[in-house]
Amino acid sequence: MVVTEAETRAVAERAAARRPFWTIRRRDYLVGYLFITPQLAGSVVFVLLPLVLVGWYSMQEWNVLAGTFEFTGAENYAKLAADANLRSVLAATGIFSAGLVALNLTLALLLAILLNQRLRGTTLFRTLFFSPVLVSLVAWTIVWKFLLQAEGGINGVLGAAGIDGPNWLRGEATAMLSVIVVQVIKNVGLNMVLFLAALQGVPAQLYEAAKMDGAGAWTRFRRITVPLISPTILLTSIITVVGSLQVFAQIAVLTQGGPGTSTTVLIYYLYQQAFQFHHFGYGATISVLLFLIVAALTLLQWRLRRKWVFNEA
Amino acid sequence: MRPLGKLAAVAALSVLAVSACGGGGTPAQSAGPKTLRMTVWTASEPHLTLLNEIAAEYKKTHPEVAEIKFESIPAETYTTTLTTQIAGGNPPDLAWILEGSAPDFVASGALAPIKAKLDNAADLIPSVTKLWEKDGELYAYPFSTSPFGMFVNTDLLEDAGQDDPADLVKSGEWTWEKAMAMSAAVAKKGKAGLVIPDFDDYKNWTNLSTIWGGWGASAWSADGKTCTFNSPEMVEAMTFFHKSVFTDKAVPGPGTTVDFTAGDAAMAVSQISRAGTLKEAGFGWDLVPLPKGPKGEYAVIGQAGVGVLKRSPNAELATDFLAFFTNQANSAKLAQFFPPPRQSLLTAETLAKSNPLLKQEQLQQVVIEGIGKGVVKPTHTGQEELLQTVRTALDPLWKPGADVKAVLDGVCAKIQPMLGA
Repeated sequence: MVVTEAETRAVAERAAARRPFWTIRRRDYLVGYLFITPQLAGSVVFVLLPLVLVGWYSMQEWNVLAGTFEFTGAENYAKLAADANLRSVLAATGIFSAGLVALNLTLALLLAILLNQRLRGTTLFRTLFFSPVLVSLVAWTIVWKFLLQAEGGINGVLGAAGIDGPNWLRGEATAMLSVIVVQVIKNVGLNMVLFLAALQGVPAQLYEAAKMDGAGAWTRFRRITVPLISPTILLTSIITVVGSLQVFAQIAVLTQGGPGTSTTVLIYYLYQQAFQFHHFGYGATISVLLFLIVAALTLLQWRLRRKWVFNEA
Repeated sequence: MRPLGKLAAVAALSVLAVSACGGGGTPAQSAGPKTLRMTVWTASEPHLTLLNEIAAEYKKTHPEVAEIKFESIPAETYTTTLTTQIAGGNPPDLAWILEGSAPDFVASGALAPIKAKLDNAADLIPSVTKLWEKDGELYAYPFSTSPFGMFVNTDLLEDAGQDDPADLVKSGEWTWEKAMAMSAAVAKKGKAGLVIPDFDDYKNWTNLSTIWGGWGASAWSADGKTCTFNSPEMVEAMTFFHKSVFTDKAVPGPGTTVDFTAGDAAMAVSQISRAGTLKEAGFGWDLVPLPKGPKGEYAVIGQAGVGVLKRSPNAELATDFLAFFTNQANSAKLAQFFPPPRQSLLTAETLAKSNPLLKQEQLQQVVIEGIGKGVVKPTHTGQEELLQTVRTALDPLWKPGADVKAVLDGVCAKIQPMLGA
């Protein structure tokens, strides 16, 4: 008996029609997607969509008061490139981030090492250094604003020691230093706890073995501690760098970007342009720049980890 | 990766959908009783009680209004919050507007015209409505016109062996030179001299117009096109102020906050609406006009208007309520807190009824004469950006030994391109 090609095709089609749509694989997909839907929906609505919209707004001239919304293409980007303030804003951002990251990480590591010792009262000190993390950011900053006034608490203490303190928030260099230090003291506890956890994960026998080989304290720190806690150093540095580019409330409360433009960092400049001067389109353009900077720095750190993070090579 | 592809397509579509209605979209008008919303910057209980009383009365005769809400927004972030609401497609129906934002709001066409609807519009004082007009049309009702005066702590002055400012006003010797010398004398004894409460952070520089007005100086020309920050009058006025702060110590320097109402300063340049805060002051005080400058007497006024947002779905109803809110009878009620813009109400007798803390003489000298000859604090389109740019450029002035002329030249170099545009 000869089976024609047409018959074969008909049989195959019938078989295909009988095959259920909900195959095991498809059901698995569905269940998986259902599980991630709530999170995904949140991310799409509150992260992805605004991200795309910011890109769209950055190509508009949006006059809020008049209610006009005009597509201007790359005009805002050209304006950004020619913005006379951009250089000083980027410089302030760089100084602020570099100062903050260096001071925060060094201090956090130092405190973690000190508090990792078996000494009386370490729990108390750990709590003490961590507690600013839990304080409301604005309340914290307002209190510091009073302390940093010309006749505030800091200069009162300095005066008692016979030192004539500067007008902290009015001098260009001291204003930047003040903002950095206020932010470091606020958040150093968080990095300290992360470092502390990492330090406690370093096996004690490594130190003992190194000691028997005659390694001094510095060598043990450099050759054992640093490599073994390097994943935490990577984590804290990424968090701190990204966080430093998002510091807004402190600047808004302490200096409002002044004196001059000495503490006008990129995110504060963005706020001024969009919400104070009503240039919403241009503000969106600046936020695209901020996004690119954060993304580039994070990517760079992630790439460099192979070079210096233990176990990542 | 096809599901992801679909997802991206859905995301892209929703972006298009959202952006298509972004910007120009207005909330749909709903049938039935409507709710009106007015943004205000006061949170003071007596103010809000009065506003709610007026609203309740309006509702009696207007069943189509379900509720009139007064939304308090702090003054420091008021304009930012208001424009953000507008940008978010959720404008209030009515809004108080600070004098600084007036040119932007009036010029942009964000406000609905109101002149035809207002009760007895001819009664409004022309010098007071000027800021809120464009092409002969009125876009906001200047419900508060508050002159600046000088509050003085007579106890502190007496302790320092100084004259009574009221006597100096009478004898014509009430000048800035004299006021600063008296303040310096008080400061020497430990308390602070002269404070400008709205300028105590050395940022909100428009308040300095209360001083440079005496020198006939201004921030920019009347047409708003030329920077006059480096004019000889301004240089002289600012040199005087700089010397008062850093050499004579008559004015507390930057980074110091002094509370006049707590009795810590000899004098304060402030609006008469602040008199209320002196109700329970534990010291003797007086209110006198601003001192004379080299160019003679002058006055400075702060203003606030209330307008209807054109994009409100209830704009017509809101305009009707505004007309009621500001009619002759309600203006008289509002006058107890906010000096009215109506000729018929601006008499020492009317004002005295609602300002028990002030004497008729004070009201006549400071308020009525002040409103008559007053110059509004500097305003311009693009106000916020100008404010910020000038503040930044003025910062180098607020330290000892600053080169006043060079700093002021720097201010003009920065803002002239913005004014000329």
